[in-house]
Amino acid sequence: MPRRKNDVAITMDDVGMEIDAEYDSGSDVDSKRRAKGRNKPKPAARGKKAKPADSVEESEEEEEEEAPRKRKGRKKKEESEEESEEEQRGRRKKAAGTKKKKAAAKDDSEEESEEEKGNKRRGGKKGANKKEKEEENNKEKKGNGKAAGKGGKDKQDDKKNKGKNSSSSSSDDNSEDESMSEGEMARLKEDVEEKKKLIATLRNKPWRMKRRLKCLKEAQAFVEKFEGALGKGKGRRLYAFKVMMTKVLMGMPYGSIARKTVPREEQDSAMDFSVLFEFGGYCKYSIMFYGYYNYQRSIGLLQFRLPLSYLLVGLGIFGYSLMVVIRTMARNANEGGDGAEDGAFTFCWKLFTSWDFLIGNPETADNKFASTTTSFKESIVDEQENLKDENIHLQRFLRVLANLLILCCLGGSGYLIYYVVKRSQEFAKKDRNELSWLQKNEVEIVMSLLGLVCPPLFEVIAELENYHPRIALKWQLGRIFALFLGNLYTFLFALFDEVNAKLENEKEIKNETIWALKEYYANYTLYHNVTENIPPPNISPADVIRGPCWETEVGIEFVKLTVSDIQVTYLTILIGDFLRAVIVRFLNYCWCWDLEAGFPSYAEFDISGNVLGLIFNQGMIWMGAFYAPGLVGVNVLRLLSSMYYQCWAVMACNVPHERVFKASRSNNFYMGLLLLVLFLSLMPVVYTIMTLPPSFDCGPFSGKDQMYDVIMETIEKDLPPFMADIFSYASNPGLIMPAVLLMVLAIYYLNAVSKAYQNANMDLKRKMQMQRDEEKNRRNNKDSTNQVMKDLEDLLPNKSLIPPPSAEETEKPADQLSKSPKVTGKPGAAATGKGVHVQKDVSLAAANPRAPVTRPPGPRPPGPLPGNARGPPPGQGMGRGRGGPPPRR
Amino acid sequence: MGNKQTIFTSQQLDAYQVRLFHRYRDLAPQLVPLDYTNQPEVRLPYELIGSMPELKDNPFRQRIAEVFSEDGEGNMTLDDFLDMFSVLSEMAPRDLKAYYAFKIYDFNNDDFICKSDLEKTLNKLTRNELTEDEVRMVCEKVIDEADLDNDGRLSLEDFQHMIVRAPDFLR
Repeated sequence: MPRRKNDVAITMDDVGMEIDAEYDSGSDVDSKRRAKGRNKPKPAARGKKAKPADSVEESEEEEEEEAPRKRKGRKKKEESEEESEEEQRGRRKKAAGTKKKKAAAKDDSEEESEEEKGNKRRGGKKGANKKEKEEENNKEKKGNGKAAGKGGKDKQDDKKNKGKNSSSSSSDDNSEDESMSEGEMARLKEDVEEKKKLIATLRNKPWRMKRRLKCLKEAQAFVEKFEGALGKGKGRRLYAFKVMMTKVLMGMPYGSIARKTVPREEQDSAMDFSVLFEFGGYCKYSIMFYGYYNYQRSIGLLQFRLPLSYLLVGLGIFGYSLMVVIRTMARNANEGGDGAEDGAFTFCWKLFTSWDFLIGNPETADNKFASTTTSFKESIVDEQENLKDENIHLQRFLRVLANLLILCCLGGSGYLIYYVVKRSQEFAKKDRNELSWLQKNEVEIVMSLLGLVCPPLFEVIAELENYHPRIALKWQLGRIFALFLGNLYTFLFALFDEVNAKLENEKEIKNETIWALKEYYANYTLYHNVTENIPPPNISPADVIRGPCWETEVGIEFVKLTVSDIQVTYLTILIGDFLRAVIVRFLNYCWCWDLEAGFPSYAEFDISGNVLGLIFNQGMIWMGAFYAPGLVGVNVLRLLSSMYYQCWAVMACNVPHERVFKASRSNNFYMGLLLLVLFLSLMPVVYTIMTLPPSFDCGPFSGKDQMYDVIMETIEKDLPPFMADIFSYASNPGLIMPAVLLMVLAIYYLNAVSKAYQNANMDLKRKMQMQRDEEKNRRNNKDSTNQVMKDLEDLLPNKSLIPPPSAEETEKPADQLSKSPKVTGKPGAAATGKGVHVQKDVSLAAANPRAPVTRPPGPRPPGPLPGNARGPPPGQGMGRGRGGPPPRR
Repeated sequence: MGNKQTIFTSQQLDAYQVRLFHRYRDLAPQLVPLDYTNQPEVRLPYELIGSMPELKDNPFRQRIAEVFSEDGEGNMTLDDFLDMFSVLSEMAPRDLKAYYAFKIYDFNNDDFICKSDLEKTLNKLTRNELTEDEVRMVCEKVIDEADLDNDGRLSLEDFQHMIVRAPDFLR
């Protein structure tokens, strides 16, 4: 609640002023004010002024409907603006007072209190305002237009302070009455806050108790009354705001102009499910698609510039996404480099620290066991791969072969898609009733099928390569990615052909329209003998000739693609996972072989594939959102539903991947893919924005030569001229080239620096490794025991069982010898080489004079624990733990 | 080392102990008297300790109970119980934790973690899902990594040296 904070800040300001005000209440300004208030003919003034206040109150509740009434109120205000700002304030207060009076019984004493309150409140008025006021009073007693202007500015300031409805604060003169009411509202709120503060600080006032009580009561009543009103007003205001927003943002409703109406010949089938399902009919002419938006430069009271904001949002999405992706990548890079991949103690840490001792739930424990096992397996495979050494020539040959095969697959799938899209364009020229469902949805089906079939194929081919699993996974992902992207781009190129054809077509239609319009005007002049003020042709919006609107077509293609993708994904899960799981589970009772362990088994949950799907989906959204804003909504629905659906599928019918390699380590790999997708989906959109002319009769940029003309227009018309100058300089190639050069140099420099750091890092790591080895060697004959260790050893609960040090020393070698047979004698682990190894280790160790390592000789009380453990130095925590028993008594 | 060492006031300590005492007593109300003034010799059997929700799913619960119990069998007095909780609490100093972790992993109580201990630990941690070869390999790697004095087993010092560098040794 930022506003609340502001309020607090304001009241804080007030606190400072209030004390001053208390003491300077005797100043002539105040007395003058009071005199003015008294001198005025009260009843008349009140009667007159109560109205504006009322109308203000009401206008807040019914913002738009009550325009005439407000105007009346505004007129009143204009009259009153002739009086000084000062008076306006006083009056407003009184208006509030009168309102209150209506509710309460009328008596003179209250009148008095009203006055007094006014004084007090004047005392607590905002400091800055007050000073301004005083100046003003002194300067221009007449208080004419300038004062009014000042008042208006004041109000706007107030509004900014409040931070409320900031969009409306930018409104111009024609929303004057609106801003007035806003200002009033803001002031009322301020007053309430003031009162609250008064209540809070009343105790500190040097007043009589009676006065205090009175003041308190009044203030409380005021707060109660107006706070309630303001609070209640909010709901309605919100509603009004919503209504206004829909009006403002959407401009004219459906059916008002041609682009927002279904053409006559389509109207019969516009509501058919089959049509709607392909996003024709009403869908095509809805807010989902580009074509619906009007080119009107600004809409509504707030002067909402729809075309400009459409373009800026479209481009801003890319900018924002880029920023987010890159920031995430940078953060990941930072996190990844903090020595977690040190590798010095991988297995140790895995073994000793992987159990989470807070786990108190069997299911979580199961998961933890599974994940620990997986991570061990992962490390083991890593280790084994390090040791592997095979026929390098065969390996190379196989890898080249695999890559060739995969390239063939990719090329084939690309060609297939191009072919299918071309075919679908042929079909599109025919009558749609003749086409079968298959022919209509060929593109989507083929793309989805390729997405289904190719990845497993790649996986099979990748078996040839014999890479380390993690590398293999990356290759696999990269290939699937290339497949998707290739498909998408082929699709795009085919789409471009279509768009170009449409553009040709559009030119003709445009000429036709212009011709028809000219004809109409000519006829009109002919019949009515007027050359000016010809009314526009009276044609129903449904009958207007219209162009193909390629933008909407592109948008529809993308939405269709997304929807078919959703369908395929969901169906795959339903059939490939669920049905398979059901069959495996229940047919297993009456089958020749073990279905669960054998061939079909349960489906594995393919994490990387799913992540890739998400990335790819996001790419389609990025590409399509400019031409189909509704796609974003579709995607949100998809993501929400698929989260729950897939969660269910994973829990119910999937088994974990056999060789899971944690995605976390390849985090930036996925992010890198995302960045690539973002870039690749950004290109075609920006290309179309920059080069293709928008359709002449649909979308927010209709009538312009280029889409970005909107920005030019805004710069020329709405910004001050010097801004236009700045922009023209900034867009000068002479300035852009050096900037780009500078950036390239900066990148080069930063890259060099990061390389240097990397080298330094590697150096340090190597040094650390060396040091560790050295230490390892040196420790063999060093008797080091720090104090902490000694104390800790005292804590041994079974210390009493251990024989005294001298005995232990002699016993040690024997102990070791007796243990080594035990290790080697273990069943299974007793491989011959292993046993020898252990023996060797032991003998080595025994050769070293290692006796004093852990047990320093000397008298140490072998007695009971508590006496010794009460005050061991290393940490209070320990003392606390041990010192437990005594207070119990 | 970055772990906080807060100092308890005696009141807080009392409250802490009282709470734990109730936990202890709830395990076997019929065994544990409410009155502890004359220090009765009460031990709760391991079966009860091991069934506590905090330990129920822990693969090392038996070891934990054994290490903290005075008799080494997992049967705990109230003092042992309090000890266990204070060490397992998140505010216990790191050294202490490392020490007790060492004790827990040292299955055969010889003050060294040798290969058999490692094998046991690993099998408990993965529920025997790794093959013999894999287990052996992991154990070799562990010894190779952490054994600073080349005696083929981990002393407390080795263990501490290794464990304090672990990123998630917090428990």
